[in-house]
Amino acid sequence: MMWRMLKATGTPLVMYDSATRRLAPIDELMSAVRYRDLIGQLIARDIRTRYKRSILGVAWTMVNPLVTMVVLTIVFGQIFRIEVGNYPAYLLSGVLVWNFFSQSTTAALHQLMWGGALFHRVYVPRTIFTVAAIGTGVVNLLLALVPLAVIVALTGGLFTPALLWLVVVVPLLAMFALGIALLVSTLSISFPDVIEMYAVVLNAWFFLTPVMYPVTIVPDQYLPLVMANPMFYLVSSFRIPIHDGLTPDPAVMGAAVLAATVSLLIGWIAFTSRADRIAYRI
Amino acid sequence: MQLDDVAVRFDVPMEEIASFKEYAIRRLRRRLRYREVWALRGVQLSVAQAEAVGVVGRNGAGKSTLLRVLGRVLRPTSGRVRVRGSVASLIEVAAGFHPELSGRENVFLNGTLLGRSTSDIRRRFDDIVDFAEIGQFIDAPIRTFSTGMTLRLGFAVATAWNADVLLVDEVLAVGDESFRRKCAQRIAALRERNGTTIILVSHDLTMIRSMCDRALWLDGGGVRMDGSAQQVTAAYHAHSDEQQRLTLP
Repeated sequence: MMWRMLKATGTPLVMYDSATRRLAPIDELMSAVRYRDLIGQLIARDIRTRYKRSILGVAWTMVNPLVTMVVLTIVFGQIFRIEVGNYPAYLLSGVLVWNFFSQSTTAALHQLMWGGALFHRVYVPRTIFTVAAIGTGVVNLLLALVPLAVIVALTGGLFTPALLWLVVVVPLLAMFALGIALLVSTLSISFPDVIEMYAVVLNAWFFLTPVMYPVTIVPDQYLPLVMANPMFYLVSSFRIPIHDGLTPDPAVMGAAVLAATVSLLIGWIAFTSRADRIAYRI
Repeated sequence: MQLDDVAVRFDVPMEEIASFKEYAIRRLRRRLRYREVWALRGVQLSVAQAEAVGVVGRNGAGKSTLLRVLGRVLRPTSGRVRVRGSVASLIEVAAGFHPELSGRENVFLNGTLLGRSTSDIRRRFDDIVDFAEIGQFIDAPIRTFSTGMTLRLGFAVATAWNADVLLVDEVLAVGDESFRRKCAQRIAALRERNGTTIILVSHDLTMIRSMCDRALWLDGGGVRMDGSAQQVTAAYHAHSDEQQRLTLP
């Protein structure tokens, strides 16, 4: 699809010619940017509907991670105390990242289904719902930082300037999640049961990521698996400033950047190449 | 503000895949099994600016598909579509509405869905609410609106900006008399004041005759007839009468 702005007596004129088309990924990127207000609206809609009818409101979303944290601390706290200094902070920061990833990518898949009906009727850039779903996840994650800070303070954690690294890490998390969401969405266009399979994959993936346990307890034969897991580096980059109060190791950060970039590129290109089919299929 | 002639020309056979079931079968048996449905075939059409063209035909003749191709929702399988100017579709007016959100929030949501910026919407907000005659209910959740109110609001949002091309798909069939009249007025106003080109799909032949100069009769994915609204609607009407007589015992 090609948009050319022609100036005719001062009015910008827009021309659609189905025959000419720029490269799909670029085209889609420009459309998505043009529709950025829609992304904002969709995120606002998600946030509003989530909190509108609940009494606890924003607090509600923290209940799950906090309960998980409390239970797991009781169960594993003693075992890991030696390996991990502040288990509650370790656990909670990891859980928040994991929840962000699993919830936003799953929501993105479902959004595509919902948006599918709209794609039949109105022209919207195909990536818009996926981007908005990840965006909502980011907002929820940011909101969750507040209770996290409280827990860290309560458990005697450190607040160091290393926390500023989060400004870099959160966008990396978003990039990685967006890439994965787009990639799985591409598959779901052709094969609807991918959504269920993804839930299973996520489950296994969770156990492969040192969220509940410190990486030091992983037996040597399984270590390569964990080291190859991109989420390990992303979770670590988020967790180290919070739990250790240190700057994440350059190797870890580097791996996180790599994972995020590769994921986004592959996901975006794959999705935008197949995006046309959406109007035909869903 | 003078716009150049809006020329719309295309030649479009198109393939439309049937249903989800086909995919399930395909996955299980790992074989490709498509039912080829040509929703539009060999359509050659040229529309000038400020023309009002009605589209009639039986259900399944390809009318909605035609609008979708014009609205950039579908890309033609072959052939070429060219549209000059901004396009507003009234294909489904309340499509993006979310029941939990208020009317106000939904106006913004739908507006951005149609490609407008939030500042654009803010500027037009009062006009939209006035046209829809919603009044103070605008801040109530949409699920409390009556169907009429939702329709009016959706229509108001969709027509709030002066698009160069307006695509209307049987939306006006639902809605009461005063709503229809209002819509007709606004569409006519857009045409006069703005030179908007109108493509109207409807089963209401009277409406076609009153609002359009020209009409197309789509049958089985192709253009069966293209002429003045009077001629085409008369022919179509006669044809359906004939069909009716043949099928009744």
